[in-house]
Amino acid sequence: MSQVGGLPVRVKRSRKVDPRLVRLFGWLVLGALLRLMTVTTEGTATDHTLVLDAAFKSTALIWWLLGAVAVWALTELWRARKVGSLVSDRTAGARKQWRTVSDRKLTRQLAVLALVLAALIIPNLMSEFYQRVLVDQVAVFVLLAVGLNVVVGWSGLLDLGYIAFFAIGAYTTAYFTGSLPVTPGFRLNPFVILPIAVIVCLIAGLLLGAPTLRLRGDYLAIVTLGFHEIVQLFLVNKNNWTGGNQGVSKPIPHFSINIFGIHYQWTLDSMPYWYLFMGMLAIVVFLFARLEHSKVGRSWTAIREDEVAAAASGVPTVKYKLMAFSIGASTSGLAGVLYGSRLGYINPASFPVVLSITVLSYVIFGGMGAIIGVIAGAALLTFLPAVFQEQNLVRQEDIPMWIGAILVVMMLFRPQGLIPSRRRRRELRLAQQGIADADAMSEAPEGRQ
Amino acid sequence: MSDTGHEPRHAAPTPPLLAVRAVTLRFGGLTSLNDVNLTVERGAIQAVIGPNGAGKTSLFNCLTGVYTPQLGSIEFTSDGVTTQLVTGTERRRRSKKPHMVSRIGVARTFQNIRLFAALSAFDNVKIAAETRHRTGPVGAMLHLPNAQANDRATDERTEDLLDFVGLEGVADELASSLSYGVQRRLEIARALATDPQLLLLDEPAAGTNPTEKRELEQLIRRINAERDITVLLIEHDMRLVMSIADRVTVLNFGKVIAHGRPAQVQQDPVVVEAYLGSADETEAEGGEEADRGD
Repeated sequence: MSQVGGLPVRVKRSRKVDPRLVRLFGWLVLGALLRLMTVTTEGTATDHTLVLDAAFKSTALIWWLLGAVAVWALTELWRARKVGSLVSDRTAGARKQWRTVSDRKLTRQLAVLALVLAALIIPNLMSEFYQRVLVDQVAVFVLLAVGLNVVVGWSGLLDLGYIAFFAIGAYTTAYFTGSLPVTPGFRLNPFVILPIAVIVCLIAGLLLGAPTLRLRGDYLAIVTLGFHEIVQLFLVNKNNWTGGNQGVSKPIPHFSINIFGIHYQWTLDSMPYWYLFMGMLAIVVFLFARLEHSKVGRSWTAIREDEVAAAASGVPTVKYKLMAFSIGASTSGLAGVLYGSRLGYINPASFPVVLSITVLSYVIFGGMGAIIGVIAGAALLTFLPAVFQEQNLVRQEDIPMWIGAILVVMMLFRPQGLIPSRRRRRELRLAQQGIADADAMSEAPEGRQ
Repeated sequence: MSDTGHEPRHAAPTPPLLAVRAVTLRFGGLTSLNDVNLTVERGAIQAVIGPNGAGKTSLFNCLTGVYTPQLGSIEFTSDGVTTQLVTGTERRRRSKKPHMVSRIGVARTFQNIRLFAALSAFDNVKIAAETRHRTGPVGAMLHLPNAQANDRATDERTEDLLDFVGLEGVADELASSLSYGVQRRLEIARALATDPQLLLLDEPAAGTNPTEKRELEQLIRRINAERDITVLLIEHDMRLVMSIADRVTVLNFGKVIAHGRPAQVQQDPVVVEAYLGSADETEAEGGEEADRGD
């Protein structure tokens, strides 16, 4: 019994269980669960115990549990010896050195060069399956993620209608290549459509953003979500324009070059498309990197950190938010042109709402605000499922579950993402200490009435 | 209202830099500002004092477009051009947006320092300094010559300003890692970066030690003398106010109860009563709704 405020309070003393044993129990449960999840036998409609039998009445279970015990032992050892702090002490000097080296311009340029070379050479050595994954999944989503990073990572706006612009870009391509039931009367090369789609999406972004960017956080997310629905319903219902659920009526032609005596035609072959995507990505990344370290990028950061102070310092907040929104939208449109032309066939079902959330999760996974992190995140999360599939590591239908698990673990242990931007990391830390806002999504502590 | 400094518009040959006329601001049933009149002459250092909850910060928020008063007008005159900061019909009134107020030459600091915490001191000032340039996203992406020139010019200006407030040594430090007094000065530098004619300081001496207070006093004098910037400050430190201000306006419960020279105001029985009478109220209410920062 202890005394609180003069009143006797009964404190329930729990019997002390060694925390190490609790952790061991946790690891064992995790091991058993993983065994259950990785089992390949399927139950039937009448007998669900088949799965349980296969999972737990086999020697494999023992291996899983032994593995769990081993992991537990290692972590306990790590804790007891304080290996973590020892290692971080030992490597402090090296890490500091690494930071000064990695800050150097030459180092950065060399790293970029190495990345570019790797992106150009390595895919050539891969099987055709992986090449197709690289183009249809990795390249498209990396481009999308880089664009969404401008909106979410830099200016801190939650945009859940991002894929609507992707659809607008793809359908713009379909329209100008005469693949829709309604045609302009002429056909353009996808290369010519690129700038058109960018401008169309820019305008669409402005139209959506102008009335809605006064909203904050959750409200903006809902509005953009609604916008996506509108676009999709339009594509489905306006049969005589868009072909409705059936999608485009004629295949969208591939890219081709026919000027100055050079004739080149992109085909179903993956590698030429890979180079095209990488070229576009390089241009976009180059321009965005400059944008980040310019007046515009700084203004976005200011708005994200303290909108009231930014406005008081003369930053036109709505204008800059609108700018971020439409730059993101046009990047999405650009990706849409490439995607539409690459696949040749699109329908409204190619652009589900969940895709916006998927891209958002790539951005968060990679590290909001850092271009390189976002690229890494999107590339990893789109390539990994293909590896799972090709190597038969887990069951086909389980792949999304595993990707989800990776996301959950990542957010628990490294919320700042794979390769976070330095600014963003500092903001997260300050926000945890309650000093500042991590984004423009949450209400400023004493914001406008 | 004894002497409120309210003068007829046509009497003065040159209009004052800032003229607040009969401003009333209400939040529901709470009247935060009640028929407030205030003029600030060009080149002056003027102070607004008053007990907690008197509406001082609300007044600043009206001046900078954060709040829109229901009644009254606010005029800012610079280079012979008068700008109405509150426009619109009686039913639908509008304030100039905060960034527009900054553009026409009114800068402010905040009672509870609002720096961009995760940015360096340099970037904090630079963001404000760049708002004067017209560099757009295209110029920034393509590194167009004038964007580059603007950027270099801003860098120089930022360094100048950091020198001016005595922060040249901490340019690369994170704003959040600086001490309180230094953060106050950094916020002033950021406000100066927008090239204002009128600087609104909201309790610049709050939370600073005596040495920092003296430095602050000098800084405000220098801002006024060297940069030719008119200063309007809210301050609780009476010694600072008495030594620095040419004119003092006293607010109590949203009303101007006195206006005049510091010595004159100090002896005004109404003021003395407001301050003595408010001592226990302040404690009881812990600062009123209306004065809760911004």
